[in-house]
Amino acid sequence: MSATAFAGVPELTRLITRRERIRLPIWCYAILASVGGTAYSFKTLYATPESRRQFADGIGRNPALAVLYGKPFDLTTIGGLTVWRMGVFGATLLAVMSIITVNRHTRAEEEAGRFELVGAGAAGRHAPLIAVLRLVLGTQFALGAVIGVVLVALGEPVSGSFLLGLSVAAGGWVFAGVAAITVQLTDFGRSAAGLAFAVLGAAYLVRAIGDGSGANGPTWFTWLSPLGWSEQTQPYAGDRWWVLALLAAGTAALIAAAFRIAARRDLGSGVFPARPGPASGGRLLGSVGALSFRMQRGNLLGWAIGLLIGGAVLGSIADSIGELLGSSARVQQLFERMGGQSGIENAYLASAMNIIGLVVACYAVQTAARMRTEETSGRLEPLLSTATGRLRWAASHLVYPLLGSALLPVIAGAGAGFAHGGRSGDLGTQLAQLIGAGLIQVTAVWVVVGLTVLAFGFAPGATAFVGWSAVGFCILLQELGPILRLSHWITDISPFSQVPRAPGVAVSAEPLLLMTALGAALLVTGLIGFRRRDIG
Amino acid sequence: MENIIEVVGLRKRFGRTVALDGLDLAVRPGEVHGFLGPNGSGKSTTLRVLLGLLRADGGEAVLLGGDPWRDAVALHRRLAYVPGDVTLWPSLSGGETIDLLGRLRGGLDAARRDELMARFELDPKKKGRAYSKGNRQKVALIAAFASDADLLLLDEPTSGLDPLMEEVFRQCVAEERDRGRSVLLSSHILAEVEALCDRVTIIRRGKTAESGTLTELRHLTRTSVEAELATAPPPGILETLPGIAALEVRDRKVRCEVGTDHLATLISALSACGVAALTSRPPTLEELFLRHYQDDLASAGSAGSAGSAR
Ligand SMILES: Nc1ncnc2c1ncn2[C@@H]1O[C@H](COP(=O)(O)OP(=O)(O)O)[C@@H](O)[C@H]1O
Ligand SMILES: [Mg+2]
Repeated sequence: MSATAFAGVPELTRLITRRERIRLPIWCYAILASVGGTAYSFKTLYATPESRRQFADGIGRNPALAVLYGKPFDLTTIGGLTVWRMGVFGATLLAVMSIITVNRHTRAEEEAGRFELVGAGAAGRHAPLIAVLRLVLGTQFALGAVIGVVLVALGEPVSGSFLLGLSVAAGGWVFAGVAAITVQLTDFGRSAAGLAFAVLGAAYLVRAIGDGSGANGPTWFTWLSPLGWSEQTQPYAGDRWWVLALLAAGTAALIAAAFRIAARRDLGSGVFPARPGPASGGRLLGSVGALSFRMQRGNLLGWAIGLLIGGAVLGSIADSIGELLGSSARVQQLFERMGGQSGIENAYLASAMNIIGLVVACYAVQTAARMRTEETSGRLEPLLSTATGRLRWAASHLVYPLLGSALLPVIAGAGAGFAHGGRSGDLGTQLAQLIGAGLIQVTAVWVVVGLTVLAFGFAPGATAFVGWSAVGFCILLQELGPILRLSHWITDISPFSQVPRAPGVAVSAEPLLLMTALGAALLVTGLIGFRRRDIG
Repeated sequence: MENIIEVVGLRKRFGRTVALDGLDLAVRPGEVHGFLGPNGSGKSTTLRVLLGLLRADGGEAVLLGGDPWRDAVALHRRLAYVPGDVTLWPSLSGGETIDLLGRLRGGLDAARRDELMARFELDPKKKGRAYSKGNRQKVALIAAFASDADLLLLDEPTSGLDPLMEEVFRQCVAEERDRGRSVLLSSHILAEVEALCDRVTIIRRGKTAESGTLTELRHLTRTSVEAELATAPPPGILETLPGIAALEVRDRKVRCEVGTDHLATLISALSACGVAALTSRPPTLEELFLRHYQDDLASAGSAGSAGSAR
């Protein structure tokens, strides 16, 4: 690598920092708030060692929780509880942040041809990768340190606090390294990101198998996964700093490999050659509906698999939830407040389906906002210049946020129903109940879709912003509402708090019809706006 | 027969930017009409209004006898459009894209498609994301040429093509004309318009600056004449001729420019001295265009100096 390969790094770092000046702080703030908030709520919910011991007993006996969150090492301290609940989770979130950010500023830029502009200028060919890695690794290091400071401020031991912060950050580092490699491999940003996410999924799964297996099982699986390493630093329970050193060394090795690969490939192409497609359009590719199906099917399949697994995991915890929460009266109260009246199990399942609804809302906004990216990318113009009307085109896209969003909670409900019903022995009932409980979530999702389409019609530049803000707002109310004991007047703004808390309560049609009508009204208004406005 | 495109006094603004400021444009049936103007003059905006993608703020536009906004879907069955900046669907191959666009328009001629792909040397199996700008342009052009549209709207269609492919493009446009189709070709490449177009509209800052056949437009500019005479012209004769400029007399050699309508007067004055050799070159579109463009440069220059004076 010559020195010229590094030319232009400071300028590019400034440019990338500027472009990320809103997104990265949001990521950091969200992760910091979740870790700090979790530590704080554990501190208030399980104030006494006795209450923590009861809680720990429940968790210790439940492999499903170890699968989901990671292995608990010491549940008798607030710090240990926070590690268990947020360690793997935080590391996974930072990994997602790394993959998205690295991909955006390397492969996606190259694909858009913008890097040729930079490359033809003074910048060396490795400059974008160096610049984005510098920014991402640095930001995550700083975030890790701040997490440490916050935990110390909450009264936790210094060494463990900083180790937890940096272990979470290290999850991000490793996957910045992974993304640095995958962007060299394919010529297409979306497949590069997909590849990195597949590695992340595999890392999560391998860790889950290791953590979920008993003493005689393959616990060493945990050590095959970088997320497992991040967990094995064991903050507050031995503080194994040397594992953190392993993570740093692994990151360095991945990045070095990325540069070696980058040096051997051409600009704009990947190491793997692009597979050719058919020379002519198949019989089916003859309408905008078929086109949007081609664009959406992979995404929908991915979400369906994710929600099936997610539903099954959530469902499999259900029958142990009672013993898990033990006798902590405040937790009982909390769950009562969050959910239905007939037993903690149904309350738990209702909350789980509510979470599924919020996740599906993310899918809905992603697919609804796709209309706007199609427009700004210039792919809408040639379609509307054929005999395709605006409404027909919009319909071809809205199928996914409207009907895909109905399909996904059904799949998640089925996953939960099989997992829960299989364990509790009343498969038929549980399946029907949970599929129903999933399906009714779609009415709330439709309200969010309606808002997004309204923005698309009248303030198209704000489509994604409005959609994601609406989802973020609902998630915030849903998650923080009960913890902060917000008044119902406030939490009721979220359409998701209007969905009946099934299973366990009689589902009345009134709120469902109201939300459907509201969603439809917003949608139709948005479409009227879209028909009347300029394209572009 | 009435005009294929009839635009009168078209206005369109984007916020504070005035993109179209009373544009007139008429495209007759069966002609290749050049739509010439510098970057940012409003060519793409005009085409988008004609496609019903933008709603005009004022003026009138009639396309194929219909209203481009209200009758968009029906009209689009009869036209094909090639945008200036072609973006393709990343996971669709070029061949799939061509067929899809054709089918959405209401069908395309498969034999002609294959022939065009061979002529443009397009590999139809590549995925959209793998095409260079020129190849993306080819995909859109093949889809347009293989359609059975009455009207082609082409927005700077050769901006990514190499000279060889530009030649293929010119042949294709000529074939379209022979098949009786009308073409509106926006461009800032003058040679292209000169080679292809029957009539030209020059647009400047959202307004029509000139419009007419190339012959008509040449009346507005000067022809370059170079002559070698038998005897040196008597002084004071050529200088006083009407419409003469840039006169250089060196012994028996004369070089000058003359207003195209005064060409005859100049020739008879020269032949009085006995013409040994004569070359005359009609004005290129380049010169025609530059005249309008220079006004832009001049006003930009004065605006710049006014700005710095403040
Ligand atoms: N969507 C838009 N928003 C704001 N300004 C625009 C938009 N489209 C075009 N313009 C402006 O209108 C003017 C004409 O643009 P355009 O029609 O693209 O010119 P041309 O195609 O001749 O290069 C330019 O000043 C351009 O900046
Ligand atoms: Mg243009």
